[in-house]
Amino acid sequence: MILLFAPALADSSLPPARWADTQLPDPRQEAEAKALMEELRCLVCQGQSIADSNAELAGDMRALVRQRIAAGERPEQVRKWLIERYGDWVSYRPPVEPLTWPLWAAPLLLLLVGAWLLRNRLVRRRR
Amino acid sequence: MSRLSRFVPLLVLAAFVAAVAWRIASPPDEKINSKMVGRPVPEFALAPAVPGKPGLSSADLQSGGPRMINVFASWCVPCIAEAPLLAEIKARGVPIDAIAIRDRPADVMAFLAERGDPFGRIGADPESKAQLALGSSGVPETFIVDGNGIIRYQHMGPIEPGDVAQLLAEWEAAR
Repeated sequence: MILLFAPALADSSLPPARWADTQLPDPRQEAEAKALMEELRCLVCQGQSIADSNAELAGDMRALVRQRIAAGERPEQVRKWLIERYGDWVSYRPPVEPLTWPLWAAPLLLLLVGAWLLRNRLVRRRR
Repeated sequence: MSRLSRFVPLLVLAAFVAAVAWRIASPPDEKINSKMVGRPVPEFALAPAVPGKPGLSSADLQSGGPRMINVFASWCVPCIAEAPLLAEIKARGVPIDAIAIRDRPADVMAFLAERGDPFGRIGADPESKAQLALGSSGVPETFIVDGNGIIRYQHMGPIEPGDVAQLLAEWEAAR
């Protein structure tokens, strides 16, 4: 029963990390950090960004983002570091690759298919 | 041609239904593996999690033979279930170290006293820094690091009786 469950069922009794819920004193850095946090996926609640998630690991990831940006890293470096560990799925901006190009191409293709299907109805005919 | 083309919308519907049915039948695997497998263990240095046992750092994993790293926590329920299996693996001669995630020394000591202590070194990771550096996404997880500091294998979730054989095989392969 318990053996079949996914990991991280319970929460620790420790308080959140210092920089999980505290903003950086420098507003420009905080803005960069916040923008990045909204584009990183929570590993526990994978439908949320770490900015939104209440999971403890999300809090620790927020703390990591803030600490690294406060130390002078660029947001792209922090994103890349996390992608190195968890793969593209951790970032809400998937790169354009052979596997992911349909994400961009599909809407355009579907629009064109729809227009072609309606080709006769969209043309005004002279009576 | 136009006689057949009226079946196109039906085919599109059938394809859509087939896709949905397939995904319902085989739900996606939501586990996020560590992409660090096959790469050198990242640098970290953790203080001791309990008094009387050394902490864990990446330097400890870069010499000697392969070691197993168990990412656990005293508040992690499945860790209770895998404790006897870790003891069994230790009894087979595998050195096991641990990283305690978001834990207090007193809680770790209580957990070890109650569930057994197969660990050589235990590092304290109160903000999950080492866990994130390893690409681990939850507790419990078990990594095998070879004598050169390369991460060779990751097991996600608690170790179950059926996993012991593979873990031992992977450890042998890392020697």
